[in-house]
Amino acid sequence: MAASDSRLRIRKDSNVTIVEFVDRNILDEANIQMIGDEITGLIESNPALRLLISFANVDHLSSAALGTLITINNKLRPKGQLRLANIDPQIYEVFVITRLNNIFKIHSTTDDAIKSFS
Amino acid sequence: MPTNPDPAPISEQIDLVNDRASIHHAESRVLDALNVFDYPKAARFAIRLAIEEAVTNAFKHGHKGLPRETPVRLDFVVAVDRAVIAVEDQGPGFNPSDVPDPTLDENLERPCGRGLMLIRAYMSALTFNPSGNRVEMTFIRATEP
Repeated sequence: MAASDSRLRIRKDSNVTIVEFVDRNILDEANIQMIGDEITGLIESNPALRLLISFANVDHLSSAALGTLITINNKLRPKGQLRLANIDPQIYEVFVITRLNNIFKIHSTTDDAIKSFS
Repeated sequence: MPTNPDPAPISEQIDLVNDRASIHHAESRVLDALNVFDYPKAARFAIRLAIEEAVTNAFKHGHKGLPRETPVRLDFVVAVDRAVIAVEDQGPGFNPSDVPDPTLDENLERPCGRGLMLIRAYMSALTFNPSGNRVEMTFIRATEP
């Protein structure tokens, strides 16, 4: 995939890979598929990945995006770790309604999430 | 002195094709109508989410096996006290009671099947036609204190 096609911004901080979204709305199925494929590539390169997905600036996300997060979590769980952070209160409510706040480790800020990795 | 009457309800019927621009256009038309009546941010979030999930289900599941260009119809009426949005596909329909509850422990890690429950959670009422290919979603606006 060409870097210019990516819907993600990826950086590293203290051995943590931080992923942020380019788009404010994570709705489009094709984009969600692309995001899932790109993160899967990161996990395949490093199964012990410490991955932090930041939702800063994300206004909307669909159930398809939630499904991709579950798939990422399942792929990462054997050896890696996943944290979510900076989730808007309205979007956090979606996690609560779907009970996915019980599956994911969710932190208020990037710093809190980075500190939480064991 | 007479008070200004509420604006007349806004209604529209839109045929959608399965691409982001078309779906975005329909969502924007509804959101524009909500703005006319000053619906709060939380209401706009809820209604947009419900439209997104209903339209996605219509194309992904309702139109499975149909030509990609088969349109989905969206009707909406937005008034000061409620918004009613109907999404109708051209597929054979489905029985909503057959959809497993995604919040059960055994389904929690399944990547699919949350759209309908999110619509139910965010809308005030949800009705299906007998064949199950048309869903009507009603959002009743909370009375402001």
